[in-house]
Amino acid sequence: MITTKIEDRFKTEEYFINMGPQHPATHGVLRLILTIDGEIIKNVEPDLGYIHRSIEKMCERDSYQQIVHLTDRMDYLSAHINNEAVCLVVENALELEVPERVKVIRTILAELTRISSHALWWGVMGMDVGALTTFMYAFRDRELINDIFEETCGARLTMNYNIPGGLMFDIHPNFVKRVKDFIAEFKTKLPEYDTLLTNNVIFQKRTKGVGFLSREDAISFGTSGPVARGSGYSCDVRKHHPYSAYTKMDFKEVLRTAGDTLARYEVRIQEMWESVAMIESLIDNIPEGDYKVATKAVIKLPKGEFYQKVETARGELGVFVISKGDKSPYRLKFRSPGFSNLSALNKMIVGGKIGDLVAVSSTLDLVVPDIDR
Amino acid sequence: MSYFSDIYKGIKTLFQGMGVTGKYFFHARKEIITQQYPDNKDTLKMFDRFRGEVVMPHDENNEHRCTGCQSCELACPNGSIEIIWDRQVDPETGKKKKMIDKHIYHLSMCTMCGLCIEACPTNAIVWSQEFKHATFNRSELTKILNKPGSKVKKGIED
Amino acid sequence: MTDLFTTYTGNILQMLLIALGYLTFFAVAGLLLVWLERRIAAFFQLRLGPNRVGPFGLMQTIADALKLVSKELTGTERADKFLYNLAPYFVIITALLALAVLPFSGQIQAFDINIGLFFLTAVSSVGVIGILLGGWSSNNKYALIGAMRSGVQTVSYELSVGLSLLTMVLLTGSLQLSQIIEVQKDGWLIVQGHIPAIIAFMIFMIAGTAETNRAPFDLVEAESELGAGFHTEYSGMKFAYFFLAEFINMFIISAIAVVVFFGGWLSPFGITDSIPWLGVFWFLGKTFLVIFLMMWFRWTFPRLRVDQLLTLEWKYLLPINLFNIVLMAVIIWLNLEIKF
Repeated sequence: MITTKIEDRFKTEEYFINMGPQHPATHGVLRLILTIDGEIIKNVEPDLGYIHRSIEKMCERDSYQQIVHLTDRMDYLSAHINNEAVCLVVENALELEVPERVKVIRTILAELTRISSHALWWGVMGMDVGALTTFMYAFRDRELINDIFEETCGARLTMNYNIPGGLMFDIHPNFVKRVKDFIAEFKTKLPEYDTLLTNNVIFQKRTKGVGFLSREDAISFGTSGPVARGSGYSCDVRKHHPYSAYTKMDFKEVLRTAGDTLARYEVRIQEMWESVAMIESLIDNIPEGDYKVATKAVIKLPKGEFYQKVETARGELGVFVISKGDKSPYRLKFRSPGFSNLSALNKMIVGGKIGDLVAVSSTLDLVVPDIDR
Repeated sequence: MSYFSDIYKGIKTLFQGMGVTGKYFFHARKEIITQQYPDNKDTLKMFDRFRGEVVMPHDENNEHRCTGCQSCELACPNGSIEIIWDRQVDPETGKKKKMIDKHIYHLSMCTMCGLCIEACPTNAIVWSQEFKHATFNRSELTKILNKPGSKVKKGIED
Repeated sequence: MTDLFTTYTGNILQMLLIALGYLTFFAVAGLLLVWLERRIAAFFQLRLGPNRVGPFGLMQTIADALKLVSKELTGTERADKFLYNLAPYFVIITALLALAVLPFSGQIQAFDINIGLFFLTAVSSVGVIGILLGGWSSNNKYALIGAMRSGVQTVSYELSVGLSLLTMVLLTGSLQLSQIIEVQKDGWLIVQGHIPAIIAFMIFMIAGTAETNRAPFDLVEAESELGAGFHTEYSGMKFAYFFLAEFINMFIISAIAVVVFFGGWLSPFGITDSIPWLGVFWFLGKTFLVIFLMMWFRWTFPRLRVDQLLTLEWKYLLPINLFNIVLMAVIIWLNLEIKF
C-alpha cells in the first residue's frame, strides 16, 4: 500500500550494526551492538563474555602466591600494578611490614608500567582516529620500558615480579642506569607526541566537545582513573588512599574539568609527565635493604574480609578477599576499572557519529580481558 | 576574523605534524627500530633473566640436583610439572630414599610465572633463555627434564 | 609503414598497440606505487617495509598480486550479483580512461582532445559510481555506510577540484593539455600565477586527496570505523581492482597537478629542452614528488569525521576558491603574472 503522507514515504529507520567482536577499533573481543540512524548513534550496548576465563573462580582454587600471576592476565598493560594489589592485600592481612626498598622498587615499576600503558594507549588512540604513524612511535618508546622489565623481571608483559612479602628477586644491576637513560630519552620524545597529534587541528576537532561526561555521571557510573579525572572528579587512589611509596611522595593529581575526549586525552599525556617526575625523584633514592621478607611456604590468611585498592593505568582496581583461614581465599572479587568505565560509554556517545564512537571508546582505554576477567 | 586565524593556525599545526614525520623519514636509516629477526638469529642475545623455558642443568657426571621433593609441582599454578618418583634403596647407604624417575615439564601449559624456580630448595631447575619454542608436533612440548640415566648429586638432600 | 596505419585495419592495430602499452603501464605503475607506498610508509614509521622479495622488496607486490589472483572470489549470499561483479570494472576502467589524455612528453600522448582537462575531471568522478555500486550491492551495512560516505565526499569535493583547475584555466586560456603546457614555457603556472596559483594548488591537493579517498579523507574505508568500508565483501582479484584503482587515481591526480601547476614534461629552466624524450623523465619525476606529498599526508594526519569533511568543503574550500578565481581574474586583468 502506498501511503500519501510525505513523512511516511521518506521515513528513515534505525538499524543495528555489530561492532565487534572482530573489529579493528575494539582492541580485542568487545562486541558493541549499535543502533544507528544514518551516521548518528542512538544506542550502544556492550556485549561481554567473549574472553571470560573465570579468573575469580580460579583464584578460589589457587594459593595466594599463585593468584598473583593470574592478575597479569587481567589488565595485561598494567600487569605489575595488578600484581601489587594482590600482594598488598595479602601483606595487610598478615600484618606484614615490607622493607622500604621493596616499596620504592614497586612504585618505580608501577610508574614505568603506567607510562608504558599510556604510551601504548596514545599510539592506539592515534590509530583509531586515523593517524597510523603514532602507533610505531609509541612502540619505540614502550620498547625501552619493556627492555627494563625484561632485564629485571625476566618477562616483558606478564612480569609476575611481585610476591606476597616483597619481590621475587632483587633488581638487576643495570636497572638504575637503564631507567635513567629511558627517562632522559622519553623526555625528548614526549613533546613530539604533542606536535604530532595533540596540536593537530584535525585531532582537536575530532576530540574537543566529543563524548561529554559530566562530573555527576562520572561518579554515578563508578568511573575511575583518567576517565573520571577528565571530568573533574578527583579520585586518584595514590593520593586519597596512598600505598607503597606513594605515602611519602609529593606529586600532582592531574585533573581536567572539560569532561570531553580531549580532556581525557590530556589527563593521560599529563600523567606521563607526572610519572616521569615521580620516577626521577625515586630512582636515586632506592634504599638499601632486603628485597623481601620471609613468608611461610603456604600462606594462610586469617579469617575475615580484606580489601585493597590501587591505581592502575586505567583506574581503580580493587581486590576483595574473603578468607576462611585456608590456603586459598573463600571468595575473591576484582573490581576492575575497565568494566565501570565501559558502562559510561552509552551516556557519552548517544547522539554522536560513528567516528566519535571510535575516538570515545579509545579514550576509555579499554582492555577487554580486564572487563571480562 | 577568527575564520582566517583558524585557517592559519590549522595549516600551521598540520605542517608541524608533517615536520615530525618528515624528520624521521629523512633519518630513516638511523632510526629503524624493528629487528630483522631471522637474520640476526646469531647475534640476538636474550637478557640473562629472560624466562624462556624451565631446564634442569646436569653436570659432567650426568648428575642433577633434583631430590624429588615436589615443591615445584605444588607451586605450579597450572599443573605443568609432574614428577614421577619412587623410593629406591640407595646402594651406598642401604637406606630407602626418594628418587625421581621422570621430571615431566609441559611447556605448552606453562605461563612462565617462575614460582617453581622460586620454590625449589636445591636450585635444581633454572630458566633457560631459549625462546624458539615452535614445533610441528604438540607432543614435543612435553619435556622430560632429567636426562636418561642421570642421578641426583651426592649431598644435596641433607 | 605509414601506408599501413592510414588504412582502416592499420588504425585498429595502432589503437590496440597503444591500448596494450597503456595497460602495461597501468599494471606496472600500479604495482610500483603500492610498493612505494608501503616502503615510504615504513620509513615514516621507523620500519623497513617489504624488503625480502626481490631487490629492495620490489617483487613484493607481484607476489601479493599472485596471491590475490589465486584466491577464491567470495561474496555475500544475498548480494546483487550483477552489480556486485560490475562495480570493480567501473572503478578500474575510469581510472584507465583518464590515463589516456595525460601528456607524458611532447610526443607521447594518446589522446590530445581540446577539452582535456574537462575530460579528466569528468572521467575521474565516474569512479565513484563503482564505489557506490559495490557498497550497495554487497549487502553489508559497513559497505553501505562506506559507499554513502563516498558519494557525499566525491560530490562535494568535485566542486573544489573543478574550481581550482578553473582558476588556472583563466591563466592558460585553454583546456587542451598540450596547450596548457605550451603556455608554461614562460614559467610554470604556479610561478606565473603566484598567490592565487599557490592557493589553488593547496586547494587542489586537499580536494584531490579527498577525491582519491586517501587519508586524511579515507572515510570510505576508515579502517578503525568500518573495517574495510565499501570493499569489505570483496576478495581476490576484485579487491585488487579497487586497490589498484586507488593508486592509479592517486597517480592521475598528481599528474593533473603536475600538468596544471608544474609545467608537465617541461624541464626546470629549460635545461633539457634539446632532448624532447627526457620530458617523460621530468613528468614522472614531478608526479612522483606530488605523490610523495600525498603519502606524507596520509602517514601523518588523523582522519576527519564525516560532518567535518563537509564543513571543510562548504565553509572553507568553496568560498576561498570562489574568491580565488576573482583574485586570479583581477591579476590577469592588471597583467600581474610573472613571466620569464
